[in-house]
Amino acid sequence: MTNTTHLIRDARILGGERADILLRGGRIEAIGPGLAADGAQVVDAAGAVALPGLVDLHTHLREPGREDAETVATGSRSAAMGGYTAVFAMANTDPVADTAGVVEQVWRLGREAGHCDVHPVGAVTRGLGGEHLAELGAMADSAAGVRVFSDDGMCVSDALLMRRALEYVKAFDGVVAQHAQEPRLTEGAQMNEGVVSDRLGLAGWPAVAEEAVIARDCLLAEHVGSRLHICHVSTKGSVQIIRWAKSRGCDVTAEVTPHHLLLTDDLAESYDPIYKVNPPLRTAEDVEALREGLADGTIDVVATDHAPHPSEAKETEWCHAAMGMLGLETALSVVQHTMVDTGLLDWAGVARRMSETPARIGRLTGQGRPLAVGEPANVTLYDTSAERVVDAAAMASKSMNSPFNGMTLPGRVAATFLRGVPTVLDGKIQ
Amino acid sequence: MRHLLSAGDLTLDEATLVLDTAKELAQVGGRSVKKLPTLRGRTVVNLFYEDSTRTRISFEAAAKRMSADVINFSAKGSSVSKGESLKDTALTLQAMGADGVVIRHSASGAAHRLAEWVDGAVVNAGDGTHEHPTQALLDAYTIRERMGRLDGLRVAVVGDIRHSRVARSNVLLLNTLGAEVTLVAPPTLLPVSVRTWPCSVSYDLDEVLPKSDVVMMLRVQAERMNAAFFPTAREYSRRYGLDGDRFARMPDHAIVMHPGPMIRGMEISAEVADSPRSTIVEQVANGVSVRMAVLYLLLSGSGSGTGN
Repeated sequence: MTNTTHLIRDARILGGERADILLRGGRIEAIGPGLAADGAQVVDAAGAVALPGLVDLHTHLREPGREDAETVATGSRSAAMGGYTAVFAMANTDPVADTAGVVEQVWRLGREAGHCDVHPVGAVTRGLGGEHLAELGAMADSAAGVRVFSDDGMCVSDALLMRRALEYVKAFDGVVAQHAQEPRLTEGAQMNEGVVSDRLGLAGWPAVAEEAVIARDCLLAEHVGSRLHICHVSTKGSVQIIRWAKSRGCDVTAEVTPHHLLLTDDLAESYDPIYKVNPPLRTAEDVEALREGLADGTIDVVATDHAPHPSEAKETEWCHAAMGMLGLETALSVVQHTMVDTGLLDWAGVARRMSETPARIGRLTGQGRPLAVGEPANVTLYDTSAERVVDAAAMASKSMNSPFNGMTLPGRVAATFLRGVPTVLDGKIQ
Repeated sequence: MRHLLSAGDLTLDEATLVLDTAKELAQVGGRSVKKLPTLRGRTVVNLFYEDSTRTRISFEAAAKRMSADVINFSAKGSSVSKGESLKDTALTLQAMGADGVVIRHSASGAAHRLAEWVDGAVVNAGDGTHEHPTQALLDAYTIRERMGRLDGLRVAVVGDIRHSRVARSNVLLLNTLGAEVTLVAPPTLLPVSVRTWPCSVSYDLDEVLPKSDVVMMLRVQAERMNAAFFPTAREYSRRYGLDGDRFARMPDHAIVMHPGPMIRGMEISAEVADSPRSTIVEQVANGVSVRMAVLYLLLSGSGSGTGN
């Protein structure tokens, strides 16, 4: 077995005080200045920010079914490279993760890969069909211990079925993560409906199709006293509705993706489907509202919606192209660029939104913990002073559909430790 | 001008040059030998992913009148129907040395994508619900021939604006050329952000007609009715169709246009379509001249001429 004792020298804990961190036996054994190496392998952080290992509530690992785009092994390597120690793998695989058998398969593949914890999300409805509840209890009771349920990619649009799902998962402290998209209002939709879509002649995906479902589901969750999580919030109106729902006491949490924090719908003017995603890129006004919502806590977490696709699914006409973007290996850089370097968040705030809160929403006990003695040694070292030109071809993901390819972004994940074992060291996968 | 992808890419000078060139080239159509040697040795590919016989033969006639070699590539029964991607088709055309590719496609932006993948000039012959710039050019040409000018003319465009590539290109080009465009349609058939377009908007055809020098009727597809854009064809026709009574309320000098194919009885009545103030047949003839001008301006300057 490799040496699992590491001494991290000179890290800035949550961007604050400089200290050494000793990781031994899968736990944080000591934090403080000038710790003795004592046989540990020394990792020089050189002033990098130490964060609790990141947790992604929204990842597509594509296995089983689309191993040409991503596998649990490649996707979890990509996660580690992005500083993640746990990811939630969405259920829209083939077959759909709607039975104990499929979720246990994904969970087992994650354990075998070993680059990060892989927690399968269970489908809410059988086959994502939106008609019959899947066996949610069986998935909850399986070895995978599913707590997050989502038909992501599809909206649970039937109000009664959504109500039942919200109620039913209370029995095992689960949460329904809604992909808010009114289906009739978005038939054939290609991009945000507005000035750009009208000019480009691409069918519009109106903001109201997201906002109406969020409003309905917040009221439903409040009525039945359930937890609700909203996936990939993309509009200003959604932020306002969630803020209002929280003020009423509704137990709702929400996520925003890095790409919705940075990119806008005018990128579609190239007709390059690298910018095609669901929900679509919105306007600069929406981006500003999302950043404010993330800063003030209306939006609880950043989740990547990492969505790998093979090149042939993107090198095509816009309307024939697949929706989705890579996100795991650029998330922290985009958050630094949009939230930290702009003064909207400090690193403790980033840790809360990218580790602690997503772990709590997903009911993980060994992830998203504070950087403190006795806690699990899930640690990400992030060099905030680095700068890099994003190179999609060099990513650990099996796919290359990063909208940030070629952009200069700040920061670099220097190391990731999963229960004391380095999955990334010196920016390289271990 | 390397490609013609959007009518919005044309400056006033460029658009005027196309119309003036078309005017010169139109003389060829009146000769007994309808042929110029201008594009001899150049290869033009008509890449048609949608059935559109009229547009294809218009481009084919235009290219042939200038002695270009024309290859018609129809998606049906070709490698495309076997699943070949647009990119691979583009690389094939590239390898065959196409100097120009005229593309008609059901996907908005297909011409833009193609232009990234081939070295030759790309002419957008209609892409989805985006644009149809040569249609706008031939419409502008037709208006200029009939009315003597474009600047300051009041042009009403009536019908399914939301899904119309003809409307998008016409709004952009006519605005460049100084005409005042008013779009007329039920609100369901207008884009949500239409108020940001460089034109006026009305829901009331009767109010607009007396103040129009040109009335351009657009085809309304039957499937729009099924998607609840309007209740019935009869109601659409009653509110937005150009019948004899409405025609009589237009100024005496005003003309009626239609890009075709038209649905008689739906958006336009037979008596209006066949009136001497209707330009529908002229539009077809002018289409060849305008497309000759576009191909000439894109292809004659550079590229692999005879013996190269």
